[in-house]
Amino acid sequence: MLYALKIAIRYLTASKAQTALLVLGVAVGVFIFVFMSALIGGLADFILSRTVGDISHVTIKAEDAEPAILISPEGHVLAVTEKGRMRTATLAEAATWIPLIEAVRGVVAVSPQITGAGFLTRGAQVAQVSVTGLEPGRESAILNLDGYMVEGAARLGSGLVVLGQRLADDLSLGLGQTLRLQSSGGVSTMLTLSGIFQTGNGMIDSSSVFVSLPTARTLFAMPQGVTRIEIKLADLNAADATALRIRGLTGLDAVPWTDGAEQLKEALNAQAQTGYFLKSFALITIVIGVASALLLSTYRRRPEIGIMRAMGAGRGFVVVVFVTQGALIGLLGGLMGAGLGYLALLPFPSREAFRPGTLPMDITQGSYGLAITLTVLGAILASILPARAAARVDPVTAISQ
Amino acid sequence: MSALVEVEGLVKTFGSGEAATRVLRGLSLTLQGGELTALLGPSGSGKSTLLTILGTLMKPTAGSHSMLGTDLVAADDRALTLFRNLHIGFVFQFHNLLPDFTALENVAFPTAVREGRETAAARTRGRELLARMGLAERIDFPTANLSGGQKQRVAVARALMNRPELVLADEPTGNLDRAAAMQVMALISEINRDEGTTFLISTHDEKIASLCRRQVVVGDGVVTG
Repeated sequence: MLYALKIAIRYLTASKAQTALLVLGVAVGVFIFVFMSALIGGLADFILSRTVGDISHVTIKAEDAEPAILISPEGHVLAVTEKGRMRTATLAEAATWIPLIEAVRGVVAVSPQITGAGFLTRGAQVAQVSVTGLEPGRESAILNLDGYMVEGAARLGSGLVVLGQRLADDLSLGLGQTLRLQSSGGVSTMLTLSGIFQTGNGMIDSSSVFVSLPTARTLFAMPQGVTRIEIKLADLNAADATALRIRGLTGLDAVPWTDGAEQLKEALNAQAQTGYFLKSFALITIVIGVASALLLSTYRRRPEIGIMRAMGAGRGFVVVVFVTQGALIGLLGGLMGAGLGYLALLPFPSREAFRPGTLPMDITQGSYGLAITLTVLGAILASILPARAAARVDPVTAISQ
Repeated sequence: MSALVEVEGLVKTFGSGEAATRVLRGLSLTLQGGELTALLGPSGSGKSTLLTILGTLMKPTAGSHSMLGTDLVAADDRALTLFRNLHIGFVFQFHNLLPDFTALENVAFPTAVREGRETAAARTRGRELLARMGLAERIDFPTANLSGGQKQRVAVARALMNRPELVLADEPTGNLDRAAAMQVMALISEINRDEGTTFLISTHDEKIASLCRRQVVVGDGVVTG
């Protein structure tokens, strides 16, 4: 093997310009592979962070009582209880479950919430709003309120409310002003506007208000428990598995974000498929390039192959020489392409700093190791055909050439 | 004492049907160990085909071929490759050295390819052979930088690397001037005398043939003298 390696290296270094061109060709293919990996991966992350980055990845909701029918022994329907629009169900034991959920691997934040509908009144103006009661200190656990604040602070305390820019504009509200919030249950309270945020999501900015959990308890007459628990994960893609784990651990109906997000998943899958195609084409180009170059080399070196065979080199040795050449070309091209790809990705902003108008490249998703490994394997595969052709060279004919 | 090489009734036909050409027509020949034999004959008489068969690079269409008591007609490619490496050396008319390798690397090749690496012992043996060929100063020269006579001497050294019992030389001096040809023949004679290596030298040159102790003449596919 060592001697075959020596001969393979000698053959490659004997034709420096040809080898350099070949390695460069492979490197370009690997560069495209790395670049596409970083772009497709970055784009997927960008889309995910923009669509589901600020929502709960796993949600546990209190289940409303199912509609009930009271039937007499004679079979007559005596009474029907239907689901109401008002949420009445609660997760009464939330305080017990939260430490357990926080201990689940991959969970980065847990936010117990009381949610409901309400009306915000400022003078004669009234707006229908969605009210969310958050635990003080965990205001930014799910939606990054801190990051979206344009005025004031996200800190929620007794008698304070935080709402969106568009809602504030609609009601002509400013920081420190007092307003009335009435729940769908008819309970109302006076609150002071302590912060205004702008998420860029029209729905949230125009109709969501955030209050502290104690304030929400008063508004929705819920002295204990919560209506939902929102959970954020380190890895969005682990939502299904984590939800299953939480379900097993608590018995609660934990729902991953992927439920009902089929269209988004389809779009991401289609994007990933596109990436696979492009990367496959890059690999096919590499394989064809290496195979054709080595076939040419085999033809050019036929007399030498004949001499080697006459001197006692077996067919296997000849195969190893040419396959080793292929592997070396793949390794060098792979390393060079991956290195160039990394350098080309350096100027792009990091994942956290993506801005509209810039390519959402993610340098950490270049698949460098995979690119190098696949290139070496592809180059080895590509060299098998020329190597076998070399091994079949008839020494008598080759020497007489 | 048994012969080193024995061929009996060798037939070699190229092509088939109407295009078939019979080059060897029942040729028989015996070579004893330590012989220095010239193989003479006109072009197309079958000299090169005989050398190719004796070198196990080609199998006869019919007939028997054995060396050192081994039946080489029945042996498979793997066995023939190893046999060739261990027992047979080649010297070609156009030296046929590996162009991207130095003189020493060329000489050490037959041993290195069998052992899987270039051992120190192989390099030492290669240096000794090159020194004996008068090429001590050219050991690390790329073969492209050597003269025709020097290349042929490197080829002789390579043929002797594995201490083969038989060296087959196909027109080894055909591409050299008279002085270089005589130098190569002198080396071959010296090795034959000192080490008992058997040489079979194909040549058109009567003067070269006269330097050999035995002459075999091939004509029309058989030994004629």
